[in-house]
Amino acid sequence: MLDKLSEIEKSALDALQAVDDESSLDAWRVAHLGRSSPLMMVFSELGKLSKEERPTIGQAANRVKAVLEAAFAEKTEAVKRSALERSLSEEKLDVTLPGRPIQRGRLHPSTQQLRRVLAILAEMGFQVYTSREVETDEMNFQLLNFPPHHPARDMQDTLYVDAGERGDNPILLRTHTSPGQIHAMREFAAMNPKDPPPIRIALPGMCFRAEQITARSEVQFNQVEGLAVGKGITFSDLKGTLIEFAHRMFGQNARTRFRASYFPFTEPSAEMDVECFVCGGKGCAVCKNSGWLEILGSGMVHPVVLQNGGYDPKIYSGFAWGMGPERQLMLRYKIEDIRYFLGNDIRFLEQF
Amino acid sequence: MKIPLSWLKDFIDLDGLSVEDIARKLTLAGLEVDEIQYVGLPMPGYAAQDMHSSERHEFKTSGIAWDRDKIVVAEILEVKPHPNADRLTLLDLYDGQQTQVVLTGAPNIFHLKSTGKLSKPIKVAYAKEGATLYDGHADGLVLTTLKRAKIRGVDSYSMVCSEKELGITEEHEGIILLDDDAPVGMPLADYMGDAVLDISILPNMARNANVIGVARELAALTGRKLKPPTVDRRPKTVHRPPSTVGNINELVSIQITNPELNPRFVIGLIRDVEIKPSPYQVQRRLKLAGMRPINNIVDATNYAMLELGEPLHAFDYDVLVGRTGSPTHKIKIITRSARDGEKLTTLDGVERTLSSMNVLVCDEKGPLSIAGIMGGAESEVTDKTKNILLEGAAWNFINIRRTAKQHNLPSEASFRFSRGVHPAMAEIGVKRGLQLMAEWSGGMVAPGLVDEYPLKPKDATVTLTTKDVKRLLGIDLSAEEIVELLERLEFKCKIRSPQNAKRKSSKRAQPITNYESPIMVIAPPHRLDIGEGVVGLADVLEEIARVYGYDRIPSTTMADALPPQIGNPVHEWEEHLRDVLVALGFDEIVSYRLTSAENESRITQYDEYVRIANPIAPERSVMRRSLLASVLDSLEHNIRLSETLAFFEIGSVFEPTNNELPNEPRKLAVAMTGKREPNAWDVKDSPALDFFDMKGRIELLLSGLRLTDVVYTAIGASTLRQAQGDAPLPRRALGLRSATYLHPGKAAEIKINDEVVAAFGELHPLVKEKYDLGDSPVLVAEFDLDVLRGIAPTYAIKPVPEFPPILEDIAVIVDESVAASRLEALIRQTGGKSVTNVRLFDVYRGDQVGAGKKSLAYSLTYQAPDKTMTDAEAAAIRNKIVKRLEQEVGAKLRS
Repeated sequence: MLDKLSEIEKSALDALQAVDDESSLDAWRVAHLGRSSPLMMVFSELGKLSKEERPTIGQAANRVKAVLEAAFAEKTEAVKRSALERSLSEEKLDVTLPGRPIQRGRLHPSTQQLRRVLAILAEMGFQVYTSREVETDEMNFQLLNFPPHHPARDMQDTLYVDAGERGDNPILLRTHTSPGQIHAMREFAAMNPKDPPPIRIALPGMCFRAEQITARSEVQFNQVEGLAVGKGITFSDLKGTLIEFAHRMFGQNARTRFRASYFPFTEPSAEMDVECFVCGGKGCAVCKNSGWLEILGSGMVHPVVLQNGGYDPKIYSGFAWGMGPERQLMLRYKIEDIRYFLGNDIRFLEQF
Repeated sequence: MKIPLSWLKDFIDLDGLSVEDIARKLTLAGLEVDEIQYVGLPMPGYAAQDMHSSERHEFKTSGIAWDRDKIVVAEILEVKPHPNADRLTLLDLYDGQQTQVVLTGAPNIFHLKSTGKLSKPIKVAYAKEGATLYDGHADGLVLTTLKRAKIRGVDSYSMVCSEKELGITEEHEGIILLDDDAPVGMPLADYMGDAVLDISILPNMARNANVIGVARELAALTGRKLKPPTVDRRPKTVHRPPSTVGNINELVSIQITNPELNPRFVIGLIRDVEIKPSPYQVQRRLKLAGMRPINNIVDATNYAMLELGEPLHAFDYDVLVGRTGSPTHKIKIITRSARDGEKLTTLDGVERTLSSMNVLVCDEKGPLSIAGIMGGAESEVTDKTKNILLEGAAWNFINIRRTAKQHNLPSEASFRFSRGVHPAMAEIGVKRGLQLMAEWSGGMVAPGLVDEYPLKPKDATVTLTTKDVKRLLGIDLSAEEIVELLERLEFKCKIRSPQNAKRKSSKRAQPITNYESPIMVIAPPHRLDIGEGVVGLADVLEEIARVYGYDRIPSTTMADALPPQIGNPVHEWEEHLRDVLVALGFDEIVSYRLTSAENESRITQYDEYVRIANPIAPERSVMRRSLLASVLDSLEHNIRLSETLAFFEIGSVFEPTNNELPNEPRKLAVAMTGKREPNAWDVKDSPALDFFDMKGRIELLLSGLRLTDVVYTAIGASTLRQAQGDAPLPRRALGLRSATYLHPGKAAEIKINDEVVAAFGELHPLVKEKYDLGDSPVLVAEFDLDVLRGIAPTYAIKPVPEFPPILEDIAVIVDESVAASRLEALIRQTGGKSVTNVRLFDVYRGDQVGAGKKSLAYSLTYQAPDKTMTDAEAAAIRNKIVKRLEQEVGAKLRS
């Protein structure tokens, strides 16, 4: 019997030698450690043995079982390892295949730029103020010191709404976000009409002009204005604030210059130019060889506008400035066709 | 406004300043130089395309410099025939050093061919070999260098130049014939080299739309002296004794009917003019300034206008005399409003029908010209004109502006008058015009002017203090410094002594140190742009800042208190909404608010629109009512550009009201179509997006906004039909319920707290047909943001459970008509707090459950907050649920 056991052990271990994968491993386990394997038969036949023989044979059978199990565990480990090694050497990706696309969303470039501008303004203490897009002539022009038929109106070709005979106060599409200045001043002034609080607001929004839609001109565009009103606000504050804004917007080294200009609702008025960030001021097509880019128009709030907003110009002063996010994007990304912004072609949108 | 530098130099010494220096000073002071056109003067290094130049490009430049050695003034001594060519001539030409033979085909000296030696040599611009010029015969401006060539057997290595060759105008037919006093041999650049500054004139700087205005600004900016024009100089030549020319006041009178429209009217008379071309230098300046020379009389009116800013009008005096019917009758000029329908043929030959808004210059017989805009044809100056009446007047700028617009007659005169010209300029202009006419035509100026001046504008007076300058500009200037700056622009200033002012303003003595010396400032008599009071103060402060220099004003930060922080919740909420939508894979678009009713009618018909009175195009003629229409337009545009499209837009739509401002409700529109997953090299045939893809995103959107208790209900065909009828639904509800563009079986509305916030679903096949939108279903949603924003979000976060849950799946069979939402609600209700999650994981229809039935399989999570739930407890809850489902909706547990 002991011989039989050593025979079982030997043939099992021999057979294990040939095992090299999981299926033959499994077959080996069934053949040599399974219920009907010779070794198990020995265990089942133990009862038939004499009392004397039983402990010896039992012990021997247990030892063989332990040996086979240990050998099996070892083999299993080896098979696993070699299988892993094989797979590691075989599983090679073409890493140059394209990644699997993900359907992601994007903000419209104008929104992205508006956010940049508004984020900077928020840090400078300017809160967002929004107002309606269809306005009266009074709000869009007259209260902003554009009297009816004033030559300054030539600067802004206006789209009018068909709304019956309204005399000198037709309804129109706002040509700039500046009517918000009056709305805001009146709202703030109403908080304390005797001593209106200071104002620092940013006015973003869609504006409209009666312009043909071409690569260079649009009927509809975004504008952002800033407005500060308070006591003792000076033209030098205007310069300081706008230079700070330009540094945040275009880099700490951005050079600026202020040129006298004219807007009916500010006086003194100024255009702020930023040194061309495409050519560094040497002159190129983007800056039309001037070295400078016109970035924004600004000025001290006109006394008539302050008055119309409920702020006494003898006590209060302020400044305002306006700029176009689309124009900024056009300069920054060298976009030559303004129609892209409202064209909503994904081949444009997906580049942002 | 184009200003030749040579003309500026008549009024200011510009020595030591380069053209760029001048342009820069003007630009910074608000006279923006758009372009510098060099016409002979040397150009800066960068203009010569020197890439290594370290000079900054500061201005757009064009033009050409004339080589001083190679282009000179010369004189033609004789015009001889060319031996081999009929149309060419050979010139005997003296260039100051030697006599040359020069070949030319110039037609304007051809008539002198073979007339022998000229009695008076003709002065010309002569270019020698090696000179760089524009090619006179090329299209456009092509630079070329003169080389030796043989033309029809004659050596040619130099030429007499046309204006095109020298870059003065496009004229290339004839050569330039210089004035007789041109010095032979002088480099042409020294004689008439020029640079033209093209300056944008801002609306408040109309006073500078002329040479002297720009010169005055330069004088102020550089601190140099302005040389005023010598308008009172007597004409040099007097052909007849003065007694034979009567005073004009005996011959002409003026009647102004409305001084508001015509504050001043001045007339002068010049007799015995000889109509001929103006001197070449005059013509050159006019051309460089953008005007076409006509003859010496018309040129004189234009020259004076360009120089001083006062538009002048010349009448043929004898035509007016003829109209009186008698040579001894006094001419009476009347200015009045036109009668509606009155007609006048203007000098462009067009008969114009006038309205009562227009102002006319008339005589007793009828209208002569449209005031300030265009003269009449009948009294126009012709080659036969002998005597000239010269008008200089002041008009109401708004009236002129409206008239010019009405008749679509923009002119140099109306450009100036419609921006305002000070009445003081009328007299100065007429005097200057007469003087120029006398100089150029040999005529004789009649003594006196007829001058009606019924409405003299008040000299604008502004009082300011150094404190005002400090408070508004932020700079410390003494009263004397302020006065010095303003006087440069010809303001009259007076510093009132503190003592005087103190006595006037206050009876109680104040400490002298606190007292401000007020400065009284009177605007100069060429300006209409200075106001009174606080406006006048701002006007004067702007002038102080400009002349002081914006660049010298320091940069400071605001010292004023921060305002109340009211924020902008609407804006912030919409920005958050954008972020959530982008995270869900939607691309934001921004569309035209301007659209057409036809375009929107593809999805919904609206009766009323906010209509544009002056649309730029029919397809941009109304303000949109439907944001979804905008989004579908973009979907259509991109349909072939991507397999999957998912767009959203947030913005206003415009609901008209009865001739008042429209409502501008805020909306969100979403649309998507195409494949659920983008195709990749190993992902093929992904299924098309459907209703539940949209719903899944909407669920996430609403949870992203922290909105709970969202109820989805089918908008059935009957509801959609009802919406088209006259069901008295409130406007807002109607907006979404009338989503007739949705597939009736695949449409839902969303309610939160019993308010309808959105409608969504698959686009109705008949609507889809009207668009080019491909084969996949199109999923759309429209949200009413004003309602959605009003719903309070839920912020509370549930605690993470500490005890293990029990998970169990149950499947129930119900009638097809039972809504999934009903089952889930019953499960949740019955399970109470112990059922923490209910997830539908399968819907089965088929033989195993029978016709008209469906099986819904749910995965339930049982959980107790304070202990580990036992299987028995879970089973008890489950039994309760199953029982409830059986009772309420006849559900059978599927085993």
